[in-house]
Order: sequence, then structure tokens, then C-alpha cells
Amino acid sequence: MATGIGRPAPASGRSTEYRTYSLLAAFLVLRAFGNLSLAWGTKHFPEALAMNPLSYIRAMLSPLVAAGVAMLILAMLVRMAVLGVADLSFVLPLTAIGYVLAALLGRFILHEHVTPQRWLGTALIFIGVAVVGSTPQNTTPQQNSAGDKP
Amino acid sequence: MTWVLLSIVIAATVASDLLQSYEMKRVGEPSVDAGLGYLLKTIARRRYLILSIACLAVSFFSFMALVQTAPLSFAVPASAGSFIVETAQAKLVLKERVGLRRATGALVVLGGIVLLAG
Repeated sequence: MATGIGRPAPASGRSTEYRTYSLLAAFLVLRAFGNLSLAWGTKHFPEALAMNPLSYIRAMLSPLVAAGVAMLILAMLVRMAVLGVADLSFVLPLTAIGYVLAALLGRFILHEHVTPQRWLGTALIFIGVAVVGSTPQNTTPQQNSAGDKP
Repeated sequence: MTWVLLSIVIAATVASDLLQSYEMKRVGEPSVDAGLGYLLKTIARRRYLILSIACLAVSFFSFMALVQTAPLSFAVPASAGSFIVETAQAKLVLKERVGLRRATGALVVLGGIVLLAG
């Protein structure tokens, strides 16, 4: 995770904004490749996952599924950190860029068909993300609870 | 089965995100400044974060079963049905200021996701 080590000095508003966007970028890359690895691994797994809970454990021993799980856990932690400084209603649309990445990875790596309608959807997501990105990232008052300072 | 799995993914995702956002806002800036170790300690100390991870696990395993049978380029955008519910809940429950510009941007993104899923 790209958040530094130890106890750095408190960040300024600008620095926090920069870190927020860097972490969002890291989250998008981790989630896109995590989903890709997971999809690839489960598609080549011989058992039906919805029927037998033990098959989930067996599936996780597959290297591709394990790599996907590891990347998605890291993505979850990065996103959790971002939610500490940014609104959920701000983070959600911005992370939608991930759907574009998923479509691109699905098209070029898994060779899934992507129609012109899906490319239009991709363009809309870019426009919407740009609009949401121009709003303040945090609109709620800070409410740090006692005893939790690093 | 695809739609049952999709419903479970959406419900669990909404619950997880609301709990995470509520609890992480109470942590504030240290969440991005103090590193992975601090974040893991914070998770261990806060029961709403642990509950949010349990919801996320339910969502994850359902998603895993979903991507086995449905194309990735359908499963990922379709599971974003949680998007509109979460934005509304962010305003109502978390008291975030979802103004006209943010709401418009979110709706445009949602339109894009619907087209991707179509």
C-alpha cells in the first residue's frame, strides 16, 4: 500500500487530496487485475462453485484465484483508507472507471465481445467521473474518535 | 441462479460500504497517512469494520460464483446496481451533501454502467 511507513507529519489539504487520488488509482489497478485473475481462474476451475462450499477452498488453492483474492484484499484495504478522507458518494462514481478497465481487460485478454453500446457506456462513465471529480471530496465534518490517533 | 447471486452481491455490498464509510470517517486522515499497520489495527478495534468485512466476504463469494457462469463484462457492471442505492443512502444515512453536480455526475456514470451491462 502506498501510504508510507511509520507516523508521518499530518498532511495538508492538498497533500491529502493528492494521496486520495493516488490511492484511488492504486485501487482501480488492483481491482481490475484482481477481477481478471479471479475470472480467469474460476472459468478454468472444473467444479460448480455455487453448489459446494468446499469447492471454494479448493478453488482458492489455484494460483490464479489466489492471486486474484490477494489483489482484491489489498484493493479493499486501499479503498477503506480512502473512505477515511472522502465521501462514499464521491468515491463510488470515481471507482466506476474500474468498469471501463474490466471491459477493456475482458475484451483484450479474455477475448469477450464488446459492442459499440458498451464503448458508449465507457464514454459516459468518463464524463460522469469528470463531473463528480470536480466536487469537494469530503462534505461531512471530521469526527475523529478519541484514543485512535496513530 | 445468476439473478439470485447478483441480488446477494448487491445487498451485501451496500451494507458493507455504508458500515465502512461511517466507521472510516470517524478515523479520518490517519487512514491515508499512517500506513497499512495502523489500518489493520483500526480494523481489529472497530466492530462495524469487522461486520463490513463479513458483508464483503458474502458479496465476494457470491461474486466469485457469479463470474464462473456469467461473462466478466456483464457481472462487473451488473453488480453496480448497488451504486444508486448507495448514493441515496450516503445522503440519507451518512448525511453527505450530494448536490446537483455530484448527483448529475453519478447519474451519468450509472447510465454508462447500464450501457456497459446491456
